[in-house]
Amino acid sequence: MNYVDFLLWVRGPAFQIATAIFIFGLSWRLLEILSLSRKPELAVVRERGIAGGFRTIFRRFLPVDDNTFQRSAFIITAGYIFHLGFFIILLLFVPHILFFREFFGFSWPGLPTPVIGIITIMTLLALIALLINRMRHPVLRFLSGFEDYFVWIVTFLPVLTGYMAFHHFFHYPLMLALHILSVELLMIVFPFTKLMHTFTWFISRWYTGSRAAQKGVQV
Amino acid sequence: MNWELGNFVPIYYNQDLTGFGNLFFLRTFIFRKSYKGKNMSTPQTIYESLHHQGFSRRDFLKFCGISATIMGLSPSMIPRIAKALENTPKKSVIWLSFQECTGCTESLIRAHAPTIEGLIFDHISLDYHHTLQAASGRAAEQARENAMKEHHGDYLLVVDGSIPMGNPGYSTSAGISSLDMLKEVASGAGAIIAIGTCAAYGGLPHAAPNPTGAVSVEELITNKPLINIPGCPPIPAVIAGVISYIVTFGQLPKRDSLKRPITFFGQNIHDRCYRRSFYDQGLFANSFDDEGAKKGWCLYKLGCKGPVTYNACATTKWNENVSFPIEAGHGCLGCSEPHFWDAGHFYQALSVPTREIVGTAGYALAAGAAVGVASAMLNKKKKVDATKNHETVTIHDLERTSS
Amino acid sequence: MSTASFERGYNAFKEKIDAPIASYFSSCVHCGMCAQACMFFTETGDPKYTPIYKLEPMRKVWEQEYTLLGKLKALLGISQKLTDAELAEWQELIYGSCTLCGRCSMVCPVGNDLAYMIHKAREGIAAAGHAPKGLIDATKRAVIIGSAMGVKLATLQAQIKHTEHNTGIRIPLDEPGVDYLVILSALEVVNFPEYLEALAKIMKQADKTWTLSSIAFEATNPGLQIGVSDIAKELVSRVINVAEELGVSTVISPECGHAYTAIRWEGPNLIGRSFSFKVQHILEVLDELREQGKLKTEGFEKARLTFHDPCQLIRRGGVIEQPRHLLKMVATHFVEMEDPGKMNWCCGGGGGLVTQEESEELRTKAFNRKKTQLDALEVDTLVTACSNCRIVLEEGFEAYEMEMPVVGLTEMVAEHLVESEV
Repeated sequence: MNYVDFLLWVRGPAFQIATAIFIFGLSWRLLEILSLSRKPELAVVRERGIAGGFRTIFRRFLPVDDNTFQRSAFIITAGYIFHLGFFIILLLFVPHILFFREFFGFSWPGLPTPVIGIITIMTLLALIALLINRMRHPVLRFLSGFEDYFVWIVTFLPVLTGYMAFHHFFHYPLMLALHILSVELLMIVFPFTKLMHTFTWFISRWYTGSRAAQKGVQV
Repeated sequence: MNWELGNFVPIYYNQDLTGFGNLFFLRTFIFRKSYKGKNMSTPQTIYESLHHQGFSRRDFLKFCGISATIMGLSPSMIPRIAKALENTPKKSVIWLSFQECTGCTESLIRAHAPTIEGLIFDHISLDYHHTLQAASGRAAEQARENAMKEHHGDYLLVVDGSIPMGNPGYSTSAGISSLDMLKEVASGAGAIIAIGTCAAYGGLPHAAPNPTGAVSVEELITNKPLINIPGCPPIPAVIAGVISYIVTFGQLPKRDSLKRPITFFGQNIHDRCYRRSFYDQGLFANSFDDEGAKKGWCLYKLGCKGPVTYNACATTKWNENVSFPIEAGHGCLGCSEPHFWDAGHFYQALSVPTREIVGTAGYALAAGAAVGVASAMLNKKKKVDATKNHETVTIHDLERTSS
Repeated sequence: MSTASFERGYNAFKEKIDAPIASYFSSCVHCGMCAQACMFFTETGDPKYTPIYKLEPMRKVWEQEYTLLGKLKALLGISQKLTDAELAEWQELIYGSCTLCGRCSMVCPVGNDLAYMIHKAREGIAAAGHAPKGLIDATKRAVIIGSAMGVKLATLQAQIKHTEHNTGIRIPLDEPGVDYLVILSALEVVNFPEYLEALAKIMKQADKTWTLSSIAFEATNPGLQIGVSDIAKELVSRVINVAEELGVSTVISPECGHAYTAIRWEGPNLIGRSFSFKVQHILEVLDELREQGKLKTEGFEKARLTFHDPCQLIRRGGVIEQPRHLLKMVATHFVEMEDPGKMNWCCGGGGGLVTQEESEELRTKAFNRKKTQLDALEVDTLVTACSNCRIVLEEGFEAYEMEMPVVGLTEMVAEHLVESEV
C-alpha cells in the first residue's frame, strides 16, 4: 500500500469505522451507567438537588480551597494546561473546525495558527510532565496500571502527530495519515477506557452536588 | 516502406486575448523536415539535426544549458549534455493512446517560438502518435510495426490513457484492443513512459465506480523499466525535461516510491506555494471572491490539496512560468496523485473525511442505544434479583461460623 | 441458619451499586488528588490509603456484574474475579483507615463522592463476615442492650437523678405530645453529663416542652458505622417509633456526628418513608432559639478558642453556620482553624474507627494533622459538638502531650445563660 492509498483509507473507511465505534460505544456505556438509577431522597431536604447539582458541575472546576490547590498544585496546573490545550487545539484550529462544520452543519471562528502552535507545544510538555509524575509519584505509581499508560499514549499521539504534520516534519501526506490514524485509535478505545470521564464527569459532579445541596452543603 | 519523419504537420491554435484566466493559445507550426537521401543505417544525431536546421553551435550550447537547468542539473553538466547530444542518435518513440482525453498531448505541444519542446521533438523519432501523425489507417500501423522491428529492444514506449480490463472492446485501435496493443509494444520496448495520471495511476476512467475496469500501465507491465509522469495533464516542461533526460543519458532519472521523477515530483506544492505564509498564519479565503480570496490568502478551506500533492506546479508553473491554479485563485486538485478524483470533494478541505459521517453516527447511536438498553435491562434484572436474594443481616450474621 | 458468607457479601455489593457509583467508577482517572485530602495518607505517606483504592473490591463487582465489557473481560479471563481473601484484606482499608469523613469527596475533580461509595462498600464486607471485631461487638451491644457502650436504662436514670439534683429542673421521661424528643449518645450519659444539664436549662429558659424516652434514649448507631442497613434500620426505628407514638414535633439529635446522619439523613431512606416529625441537631435548635430571641446569654468566654467541625455534622450534615452563630454569642476571641467548616480535618475517630484497637497507632499518626492545625493557632480551648470527637481529641492531645481543654458547645452556651431566667 502506498502513502496515497493509506491516506485515502484513513480519511475514508477507517474514519467511518472509528466514528461508528465511538458513537456506538458512547451511547451504550452511558445508558449502561444511568440504568442503575438512584433511589430518591426521602429525608426533608434543605434545598432542591437539581440546581445544586448544576452548581457543583461548575464549582468543581476550581479546587475547593487554597490548601487543596497547594497539596495538588502540579496535577491541577499541568492537568489544566493539558486539558485546555487539548480542547483549544481540537475546537479552535481551523482545519478541525472545517471537520466539525461538516459534522454539525455550523462553524465558529478559530484562533490564529501560530497561537495554536504555541499551545500545542505547551500541551505536549504538560502531557510529558504528567507522565513523568505518574511514574514517579508514590500514589500515582501505586494506582496506575496498563490502562493509564495506554490511554496516555493514545492521547499524546494525536497531539504530537498533528503538530508534526502541520509543520511538515518528514513526509506530509504520511504524517497526516498517521495523525488521522492516531485520532481513529483514540476514538476506538475511547468508550472502553477511563476516557469516558470526558462524558461522565458532569454526571458524577451532578449526583454528588445534588445530594450535598439537599443537605445544605455547597460542594 | 521506409518511414521517415518528413511530413509537414501544421497545427494552428487560436489566440485568445480576452484575458480569461491565464491560459493563452499560441500560433505555431511544427515542422518536420524530410531527410530524404540520408542513409538510414547511420541515423542523424541530435546535434546534426539541429545544425541542419540552421542552429549554430552557440545556439546548440545554449540549448544544452537550458536543458541542464530544466533537468535540475548543474552547469558543469553542460559539456556532458553537449557530448551526449552530439553522439546520441535520435531515439525511436512509439506513443500509444488508450482511454485518454488527449490533454497530455495538448499539454506537450503547447509551445511558443523558439520552442524547447519542438526542438526535442526533432530529436526523437516519433514513429507513432494518433494525433500528431499525418498518416492513418494501415499506413500508420505499418509505421509502428516497422519501428518496432527496426529498433527492437531499444525504442521508447510512451503511453497516455488508461487500459480497460472490463471489456477489451471498450478501447481499441485498428481493431486491436488497448490491452493487446500495450502488451505487444511493451514486449520490445527499452523503457516505458506513462504520461498523465490516467496512464500512471488510472486517472479519470479509474474514478469510482470505474465502469470500464480501467487500470494503469504499471499494473499490467512489470518487467520493463517504467517511469510515471503524472498530472492531469502534466506540465509541458516536465514532460519535455524527462524525455530530454532519457534521451541524453540513456536511462531513467531517479524516481520516488510512485515511480515519478524526483526532480519534478520530489516536492509538494504546499512546500513551494507562494501563499504558504498565509497558511502558516491561519489566514484563509472562505469563499471564492471574498476579501481573503482577493488578498490572495491560502485556499485550504476551499479544498486545496496542495499539501498532499507532489508536482512542479508551484515552481515551474504553467504556460512558460506564468501561473498555476493556486495563483489563479483555485485550490490545487492534486491531479498528479493517484485516485485524486476519489480523494474527497474538490471543494472540501483535507481535514474533512471523504465518506459521509453524520448518517454513520446516527446508525451507530441507534445501535449503541439498543445495546445500552439491553445492558440496562440486564442490569435492572440483576439488581432486582440481588434485592430479592437479600437475607436480612442480623447481628448473628456478622461473623463466619467456625465451620 | 444463615450466617456471613462470601456470597451474601457479593450479593450485598450488587444490591448497593447504583448509577452514581457506576458513574464514579467510570469517571476516575487515577489522578491521586483524593489521597492528598485524606489524613491517613498525608500523615503516613502510604499510598494504600488512597481513597479510591479502598473501593477496588466494589469496582470489580460493578465492572463484572453491571457492564457488558466487564462481563466479556471476565469471560476471557482478562480480569480477576473478587475473592473472599481480598475482602478480608480490605477490612483494614475500608474500616481500619477510614472514618467516612468525606474530605476526599470534596476534592475529587470529576466529582466522585468517595465516602458515599465506601459506606456502601461496607455493606458487602460486613455481610461477608469481614467487619472488624471491635465494631461487630459494639453493634451487638447496641442491638441487644440498647447502646453500643452497653449503657442501660438504669445508668440513664441515675444520670437523670444527678441532673435534676444539680439543676433543680425536672427531667421529663416518656411524656407525649411535647415539642422535642431528646435522644442522647451513650458517651454523653457516661462521660459528659453536662450536656443533659445544659439542655435542661436551655429548655427551661426557652419555655419549650421536651422529653427523654426510656425505651429509645440512644442516638448512636453502630449499624450505620458498620454499614449494615438492616441493623441501622432496626436501631433508628426504635427512636422513630417512639417519636411517632409520643407524637412529638421534633427529635433532637445530640452532640454526636453520625447520630445526626443516622436519623436526619439516613433514617427516612432506611425505613422507606418520610417522618411525621422534624429532626434537628441540638445546634440547629439552639440557633433557632437564638433567632427567636429565646436564648438569652450574658458574658463572654475569656479564652482564645477555636472550633473543631465534626465531619458528619458539618461536611456531611449541613449544620455549618449554626455553631459559628452560637460561638459569636458567647466568645469574643473565636478564631477559625485553617481549613475551617466543611473542609476541616477529621479528629480521626469517627465511622467506628475508635472501636478498632488495631487501628490505634494509625489514628495517633493521623492526629498529627489536627495537631498541626492547632499549633498554628495558639488557642487556649477547643470547642466541638460531638462527644466522640471530644474523647478522640482528648486522647490525641494526651498522646502528643498537648495541654488543650475540649469543651462541648451546648455546655458552653448554657454556662452563659442569663441566671435569673433559669
